[in-house]
Amino acid sequence: MAAVLAVSLALVLQASLFDHLAVQGVVPDLVLLVVVAAGLAHGSEVGLVLGFGAGLLLDLAPPADHVAGRWALALLVVGYVAGRLAASGRPRLAQWWPLSVAAAFVGTSVFALTGLLLRDPAVGVGELLRVELVSLAWDAGLALVVVPLTLALFARVEPDRVLV
Amino acid sequence: MVDLQQRPRARPDATSGERLNRRGSLEPREPGRPRRSLVVALVLACATLMTLDHVNDGAAVDPLRRLAGEVYGPAESGMDTVVGPVLAVPHWLRSHRDLAAEVDALQSDNDRLRSQLASSDYDRNRLQEYDDLTATAESLGYALVPARVVAIGPAQSFSRTVTIDAGSRAGLVPDQTVVNGDGLVGRVLRTTATTATVLLVADADSTVGGRVGKSMKVGFLHGRGDLGQDARLDLELVDQSYVPAQGETVVTWGSQDGAPYVSGVPVGTVESVYSSLRETTQRAVITPFVDFSALDVVGVVVPSGTDSDRGVIEVDGSVR
Repeated sequence: MAAVLAVSLALVLQASLFDHLAVQGVVPDLVLLVVVAAGLAHGSEVGLVLGFGAGLLLDLAPPADHVAGRWALALLVVGYVAGRLAASGRPRLAQWWPLSVAAAFVGTSVFALTGLLLRDPAVGVGELLRVELVSLAWDAGLALVVVPLTLALFARVEPDRVLV
Repeated sequence: MVDLQQRPRARPDATSGERLNRRGSLEPREPGRPRRSLVVALVLACATLMTLDHVNDGAAVDPLRRLAGEVYGPAESGMDTVVGPVLAVPHWLRSHRDLAAEVDALQSDNDRLRSQLASSDYDRNRLQEYDDLTATAESLGYALVPARVVAIGPAQSFSRTVTIDAGSRAGLVPDQTVVNGDGLVGRVLRTTATTATVLLVADADSTVGGRVGKSMKVGFLHGRGDLGQDARLDLELVDQSYVPAQGETVVTWGSQDGAPYVSGVPVGTVESVYSSLRETTQRAVITPFVDFSALDVVGVVVPSGTDSDRGVIEVDGSVR
């Protein structure tokens, strides 16, 4: 329940608040970071399922118009990877921050690759790389805020389910 | 017998977590690790969804998109209403010099337009005479439904779409033209009750029929997928011998029954012209009038007399 709330809030913020603060149209992937936090807190199974659900929302909620299922696949991988790489014990900044950045890179890459395969919008590889770099910088910065907040939310709402 | 019935149950996470590995021995499953079947099922679900959306123009996925839109569209509208005043703060903090410069610029614009207006009455009367001769003076029969942009799709998705806060209740249906005060914005892709998704003409998949205003030559406008100050459109002219001049205006050429694009909406001006022997077409680079990165109030072109839950701006400027 807390996860659904966090994902919904991230989705709305990503679409309606951060579009005013976008750098070259690129906004931070808040939903992706929430999925990373869920994977860190609850392990790879919850990360996998929540990533699939959150990606599905990203694919279907307006103003999305790309082929549905692409973000679902990307975030599913992100949640799983985050859960597998999560260290046991209390999460330390030196552990989860590089992990979040790596997961963000994996997620945006998977999304871009499916786009290339399906030729969904016909964009060049140069454009892909540019957008990827900008979004990675955004995610690295925002991970410092979003991931601890989401972890705190999970710890407060569902302390019995947290593995760490 | 009693012992058998009273036997303590095994802890569920001890047995369900174990499975036979390839060597036939039991291996305990780590807590929190997903079953392989679940992983496969979800990946296949993604692949199925992509396939469904890829064939038949995504007709199978549209109800799902609509459902998600009905839930998250109002949330996006609400969020936009909340953050709007906060984001407008920088607009109020401006130096006196900026304001003076703007007043000067507007003054000079005004003078120029006034001088144009002075001769326009004569032009209009002449046009009226011609129209009376040809008896084609009908109104276009279109009205505008005003709407505000409440969400913008991220560049990470590589499709340039926005959400506006008018939907089927306001009289919108898919494939209607969206304009703003500067020119053409895009077309309506799909609607929910209170919101609609708009594909911008800057999107890489968007194609619009364009016409160079001065010579009436037609061509096709393609977006490049970038927004902001460096947003450009490409115009492929059908007539390869014709070279448009720099600064000529390009308007929409229009579709049958005005869907998806009505005719005569200004799109942009010609910036430069390329011709390549390989492509055997000429490509003109168009600077759009609309700044896609700063969209706010837009109008959706609807047939005159549409039922709407809000004021509709009719052709003669009256609000109904």
